[in-house]
Amino acid sequence: MPKIIVEVMPKADLLDPAGKAVANALQRKGNAEITNVRIGKRIELHYANTPTDADLQAAKQIAADFLSNGVIEDVVNVIVEN
Amino acid sequence: MKIGVVTFPGTLDDRDAARAVRLAGGEVVKLWHADADLHIVDAVVLPGGFSFGDYLRCGAIAAQAPVMESIIDAANGGLPVLGICNGFQVLVESHLLPGGLIRNENQHFICRDQKLIVENVDTAWTNGFKLGQEITIPLKNGEGGYIADEETLKSLEGDGLIAFRYSEVNPNGSVNDIAGLRNERGNVVGLMPHPEHAVEPGFGPDTPLAMRSGVDGLTFFTSVLNQVVNS
Repeated sequence: MPKIIVEVMPKADLLDPAGKAVANALQRKGNAEITNVRIGKRIELHYANTPTDADLQAAKQIAADFLSNGVIEDVVNVIVEN
Repeated sequence: MKIGVVTFPGTLDDRDAARAVRLAGGEVVKLWHADADLHIVDAVVLPGGFSFGDYLRCGAIAAQAPVMESIIDAANGGLPVLGICNGFQVLVESHLLPGGLIRNENQHFICRDQKLIVENVDTAWTNGFKLGQEITIPLKNGEGGYIADEETLKSLEGDGLIAFRYSEVNPNGSVNDIAGLRNERGNVVGLMPHPEHAVEPGFGPDTPLAMRSGVDGLTFFTSVLNQVVNS
């Protein structure tokens, strides 16, 4: 299935409570070398055919306008995966 | 006076919002997310809940619903709109109010009777309060941490667009203790706490006078009815 993958992360300077909770659990488990965890989202857009450049541009727009909120998140990656 | 109360899939507090409208003396018109027709209402309430399961982000999918296209247009034309809790999140995701709401700083869902300071009374929904008045209404959220970039915060503070601030306790880590906002025109107000749960003696927050006698939330709804009558 041809896909476009969109990856969204909470902004670097914002507290990520979910990541912090996971980091605390990992450190309790003895993984002292892991200093921090941040949790984002991977969103797959599925296509019937291999996405064109126009599809990729459209997906980037969708990622910026709807799949992320620029106040709290950054789109870190939008790529075609065949 | 007809006040529309919107129901999205996952809305919880539409009945309480409708009850608050009726107790204030208004007539309720039920609005449905998939119906773009606002049925000639004089104001709209976006109630609390978990619209569309809060998938993607709180309020993000609801902001794309057919009814929201009409509400955004009407709000830009001056229609009074109140967003409560999830409704506030929908207003932010619709860009009718700036900033964003994230998971509470303490990672807990917080449910408490919350003191607020009324920071602005020049709005459709707060004109019945006194400036600086302390009110108590219930708060119940997991993702109520208000954030905005420095520039936005500066304009919110400078232009008097903060409608409510948390008093005594900041329950969710909101910047500058922001509990609610207004738009420049004053017709759109959004806040995380729930005025519709403090409208009838016997069912509101405790007060020094009697248990569950708090009705500070009713003023939101009488304010908009006054404004509509006088305009």
